[in-house]
Amino acid sequence: MNITVNGDELEVRSPGLTSLLRVLRDELDVVGPKAGCEAGGCGACTVLVDGAPRRSCLTAVAAIDGAEVTTVEGLGAADDLSPVQQAFVHYYAAQCGFCTPGMVVAATHYLDSGGSDDRKEIQEALRGHVCRCTGYVKIIEAVAAARGGNFDLTTTAEGGYTTVMTGDAK
Amino acid sequence: MAEATEVLTPDSPEAAAAAFGEGGDVTIIGGGTIMVPLVTHGVVQPNKALILADAGLEGVDQSGTTVTIGAMTSVSALSELDAPLGPCAANLGDSEVRDQATVGGNLCAVAPPEHPTGDLQGAFVALGASVRSTGAGGERIEPVADFLADRDNRLVLDVTYEQPQAGAFESLDRPHTHHPTPLAVSGARLADGSIQLAATGAAPTAVRLPSAEAEASDPDAAGTAALGDVRLVDDAVSSAWYRERILPVLVRRVLEQLG
Repeated sequence: MNITVNGDELEVRSPGLTSLLRVLRDELDVVGPKAGCEAGGCGACTVLVDGAPRRSCLTAVAAIDGAEVTTVEGLGAADDLSPVQQAFVHYYAAQCGFCTPGMVVAATHYLDSGGSDDRKEIQEALRGHVCRCTGYVKIIEAVAAARGGNFDLTTTAEGGYTTVMTGDAK
Repeated sequence: MAEATEVLTPDSPEAAAAAFGEGGDVTIIGGGTIMVPLVTHGVVQPNKALILADAGLEGVDQSGTTVTIGAMTSVSALSELDAPLGPCAANLGDSEVRDQATVGGNLCAVAPPEHPTGDLQGAFVALGASVRSTGAGGERIEPVADFLADRDNRLVLDVTYEQPQAGAFESLDRPHTHHPTPLAVSGARLADGSIQLAATGAAPTAVRLPSAEAEASDPDAAGTAALGDVRLVDDAVSSAWYRERILPVLVRRVLEQLG
């Protein structure tokens, strides 16, 4: 079996019923997707499979042989964050950070497929994603604002980020 | 994990039926939303697994008043259909789970004993749908309620129903990504004018509510009567005490919508 992960075509040797999550984390060392409940209930493992968000813990790898998989690692780099990632920084939308990879992947797909900044619609799009720090307000604010992509991030001397909002707050 | 599992990926409905044979030793992976976690956690250790992703069993076909839905059709593909099935499908899990979960898997969903599951089942029961399945003894077409009572070692091929005159769906409004719906009622006024009601979340599989149907002209009385049709489950998602108070309300609302 082969899958393309963030642009790299990789051979998969795990048994066919292994979950995509375990293939990514344990075999391919792509550890952005998190193993939370591993039963489809938390959304921390969500990745894009052929462009659509999918729970990697619910996906047998043999069912997606040949597919293109995008994880949070494929959406931006530390020195080149995507608009959603920038917004998450700006709004402090990550507390412990465990749910963040799934949230960012789902929010990116929501916005890329024309999602609005309506709070209720964002809530519905992220409904399957649990934040046990209960940081939902900041997450929803970040997704709404990311629609404009209006952030100016600079890297601090310590390697962190500071942000300046350059557009109008929504 | 599952090192020795033989994994089959049939590429047509015929190949799927042939690979399934008489069932028995075969674990079916449809969308995977139920079975993959069970395999991951070692609850199910398949000798032989049938992955239906490429079996060509998906699709919604509406010819005239007959609707036929393939077993591998995703739940999200149903969400635009008329009530009760459309709103019932839209109420299941969340958008990612709906994209992945399938109709066949929902009809075969088995949760731990006494825990209700299979959100779509109530809508199909209310619609008087029939299930076409294959397995020992060959193909079988039967009412969904009969299928739910005897579905071991069957491979679902599709589900068919006649468009009702009217339909309605009401559920307990509660986020439930991880759990099947705590309680929902589907109703349909069938082509012949009769009213059928079914509850999901009340018992391990969907149950028809004949006493409530008999009182359909009086929604309040029907709501009370529904309590005589089912022994309500008591579990972590909702107590039986709470279900007993909500079921009559949902039955009443559905009947009011059916008019």
